[in-house]
Amino acid sequence: MLLIPCPWCGPRDEIEFRCGGQSHIQRPEPFDAVSDEAWADYLFTRINPKGVSYERWLHVFGCRQWFNVARDTRTHEIHAVYRMGEPKPDLRGVE
Amino acid sequence: MSGRRLPGGGRIDRNRPLNFTFEGRPYRGYVGDTLASALLAAGVRVVGRSFKYHRPRGLLAAGVEEANALVQVGEGARAEVNLRATEVELHEGLTARAVNCWPSARFDVGAVNNLFGRLLPAGFYYKTFMWPDWRWFEPVIRRAAGLGRPSILPDPDRYETRHAHCDLLVVGSGPAGLAAALAASRRGERVMLVEQDPLPGGSLLWRPAQIDGRSGSDWAERAAAEIAAAPDALVLTRTTAIGYFDHNALALLERVAGAAGSPGPDHRPRQRLWSVRARRVVLAAGALERPLVFPGNDRPGVMLASAVSEYAARWAARAGDEAVVFTNNDSAYAAAHALLDTGGRVAAVVDSRPAPPARRTASLQARGVRTLLGASIVATHGRPALTGVTIRDAEGHDHRVAADVLAMSGGWNPTVHLFSQSGGALVWDGEQALFRPGRSAQAEVSVGAAAGEFGLSTAIEQGWRAGGGEGAPPLADAADERWTIGPLWRVPARGKAFVDFQNDVTADDIALSARENFVSVEHLKRYTTLGMAADQGKTSNVNALAIMAELTGRPIADVGTTRFRPPFTPATFGAIGGRARGELFQPLRRLPAHDRHVQAGAAFEEYGGWLRPAHYPGAGESAHAAEQREALAVRRAVGLFDGSPLGKIDVVGADAAEFLDRIYANTLSTLKVGRARYGLMLNEQGAVIDDGVTVRLAADHFLVGTTGGGADRIAAWLEEWLQCEWPDLDVLVAPVTTAWAVLTLSGPKARDVLDAAGVDMAIGEEDFPHMTFRECRVAGVPARISRVSFTGEVSFEVSVAADRACELWDRLRLAGAPFGLAPVGIEAWMLLRMEMGYLHLGADTDGATTPDDIGWGRVLKRRRDFVGRRSLTRPELLRKDRLQFVGVEAVDSTVPVPVGSHLRSPGLPSGSEGYVTSSGLSPTLGRGVALAMVRAGRSRYGEELLVITGEGRGRRVRVTVPGVRGPGGEPLDG
Repeated sequence: MLLIPCPWCGPRDEIEFRCGGQSHIQRPEPFDAVSDEAWADYLFTRINPKGVSYERWLHVFGCRQWFNVARDTRTHEIHAVYRMGEPKPDLRGVE
Repeated sequence: MSGRRLPGGGRIDRNRPLNFTFEGRPYRGYVGDTLASALLAAGVRVVGRSFKYHRPRGLLAAGVEEANALVQVGEGARAEVNLRATEVELHEGLTARAVNCWPSARFDVGAVNNLFGRLLPAGFYYKTFMWPDWRWFEPVIRRAAGLGRPSILPDPDRYETRHAHCDLLVVGSGPAGLAAALAASRRGERVMLVEQDPLPGGSLLWRPAQIDGRSGSDWAERAAAEIAAAPDALVLTRTTAIGYFDHNALALLERVAGAAGSPGPDHRPRQRLWSVRARRVVLAAGALERPLVFPGNDRPGVMLASAVSEYAARWAARAGDEAVVFTNNDSAYAAAHALLDTGGRVAAVVDSRPAPPARRTASLQARGVRTLLGASIVATHGRPALTGVTIRDAEGHDHRVAADVLAMSGGWNPTVHLFSQSGGALVWDGEQALFRPGRSAQAEVSVGAAAGEFGLSTAIEQGWRAGGGEGAPPLADAADERWTIGPLWRVPARGKAFVDFQNDVTADDIALSARENFVSVEHLKRYTTLGMAADQGKTSNVNALAIMAELTGRPIADVGTTRFRPPFTPATFGAIGGRARGELFQPLRRLPAHDRHVQAGAAFEEYGGWLRPAHYPGAGESAHAAEQREALAVRRAVGLFDGSPLGKIDVVGADAAEFLDRIYANTLSTLKVGRARYGLMLNEQGAVIDDGVTVRLAADHFLVGTTGGGADRIAAWLEEWLQCEWPDLDVLVAPVTTAWAVLTLSGPKARDVLDAAGVDMAIGEEDFPHMTFRECRVAGVPARISRVSFTGEVSFEVSVAADRACELWDRLRLAGAPFGLAPVGIEAWMLLRMEMGYLHLGADTDGATTPDDIGWGRVLKRRRDFVGRRSLTRPELLRKDRLQFVGVEAVDSTVPVPVGSHLRSPGLPSGSEGYVTSSGLSPTLGRGVALAMVRAGRSRYGEELLVITGEGRGRRVRVTVPGVRGPGGEPLDG
């Protein structure tokens, strides 16, 4: 069971959270100029990395805030947490 | 008589005898005994039958690794099954039976399997019972092979779950673990020390040792007491660390109150499951001895050498009078000395090594014991228990020697289970012939025997350092002696040589597995069931993979181990479930006016996590009759319905209207203050995820209505879009569902009832029209009223603060009595909306239903973006033959069609063109009404289809617009 450092509440058990999947997905716009292929890609294509995964998590039984987690899928180590809208942290040397 | 109680010594209280029964026979033991030690001391040699061949089996071990002595303890609701007799603490009146034998362990009819043993190799069942169908044979085979019989009565005991945090969690209270916990507690750390035994001390409870000038067990007792007295430390005995998970989360199982099978004595729970998050973990779980693999090694009387020592020292129970010791390493020599020290005879020590260390053999020869070097045991004799062994000496000559106990040692396995679960990698230590912990994956360190370090001083020092100890560690009085081993993985001789005692897997089965190319350990395990029993292969796995390595000519390190999985020892479902059972398994929410519904005679059912009135049957009235009567009351007079679970979400802020325009498939920004509008929400795939009526309370304040099931989901959905996609919008979202109770008056007399109850505003159709909203007082209670309808009748949806629900309910019922007001349950409410053809989200739709599928294609004309907008023009969603929402009416009968049944054109031989989503008997019309999703349904009004009711059977129905229409095609409510 992961110990997730919520940026607002501090380290809490995984059971307080919900994972929202891959982060940093750009919603294509405007809708009437987006090709079927681009839209399908946005809806359905997800990376499945062996290594650092950038994910959205929600502290659903806590502050109810969404934030980003950089988690290693091999070890479950959490390298960084950062707020929505912030860029990916520089994890060179880790990835 | 073989085993016996020694006249003195042991950690038992001879002044407190205990009576117990095993297999129906009475026995006596003492406080401090385990069931196993008491049976051994009473001379009981056969304690169970093996799983497959039903061979008689005796005690193999003294601890958790026991593979043979599985017992069922207690009777009735408190019967516990498949317990290891070595872990069952004796108590007065304990009743125990061996599992897996009938009628008894000594005489078992299933033993006939043993005669056909040659015909029952690994994989026999899979190969033999394939035709015609394994499922024909499985129940019989499972019954023959079953273990204990659990009670089918409800568990009368209580279990609980606790969460804890600590700086240091120490698993195991042997010398290494105690040293670690002592060091950390002296530093003021929050320490948890976990010991599966009732007593702290581990091997110090039976191995001779001196630490800091005291006997090992004395030192252990004092150390544990000091730790327990430290302000932030906790010592948990009778507690097993059963699982090691990510980020130093561990599960502990504590046996709190009441011995196995006995009533819990008091208010305490029987067991407690701890969920612990530790900053650091020290694994000091010791090591388990390996059996040797030779023909007849499962005969009762053949035991692990360390178990022979432990029974003698801890419980004053000597395993036999005349012993032979068989070993490939130095550690078993201690067992020979223990037997001699307690007055037993040792006929021979058989060491497979040609030249073991001379001091080991010399010490025994000095006591008159024969030592045979380079020798092995090739057969055992005696029925049902051991009377002798055949020794093959270094020259190949066989000698038969009388013995009633054979103490064997094949080396040691560090208890690496938790380390492996934590993600750590094991390394093969060729010198000691064992797997020990390699690189750690978490903040964890293994110490002492668990790390492959068997010297007492080294173990204490490792523990002390791991606990952060400063200065000199506690001092053992003797220097560590190196022990040596010369691996002997199996004795090459004919006969059944068991590797896995609990699942009856022999060395020949492993050879068969190798011949059939199941050479990976994971395949070996599944093909032979090796290591898959309740003991998870604690005594068998390493022997098995080493034999496989020999057979396939690979190094042991390359063969590797199977994965170690939690739990370390079996855990009860009671402990895992904790308090979450019965009503607390999934607590249901109750309506604010729940008590009033009870008084009104409601029959409750669960709907979306709420306990709600399904209907209100009168005396002698059936459920069906009640819902028909309630629905008619709404059509002809007035009904009162509790709709409190309907989702209510406050959306407030300067950008509230813009936000809702992005979220809803239809436009909300043009809604005027005080007006209500129906809306649809889609997901990004374009599927409808919720619907409801939203009202505008102010320019910057909306109250979003959702379905009952969507209340929490949609609030979270709105937050997700705000936080993740549009953080620049000035909007606040607050779910307020449970703050409000909603009581709905519906029917031609609804306005009269509201009037009679007293309302401080004009409620005529012109003053307060359909799809509007007002704040007012009803019967003096501050209220909000929405003019929306789910029944087709005039409706007033009255919301009041939740704590005033009962008051409003009483006032409305009182005011409504002269008008024939009836409380209406959900079932009638659903009939009414079905008659109207109103969609019920989740019943008539599924996760692929689009707005156009339910007749809302006009949202496609919206010229702006919203969630799901782009998906609506994907080719798949524009197909003309999609399932569309329609009504169906039976042509040939008034009986309702079954929900879920498929529809098909009469001319087609097979396939489906849709299915019935809602169906019921209309009380207004006296015939069935139904809604359905039908392929291209809107272009097929009037067409006849068959509702498939069985193979080759069907009922004729006609496709209609949704909802019942009057003779002129007008809606039912005019």
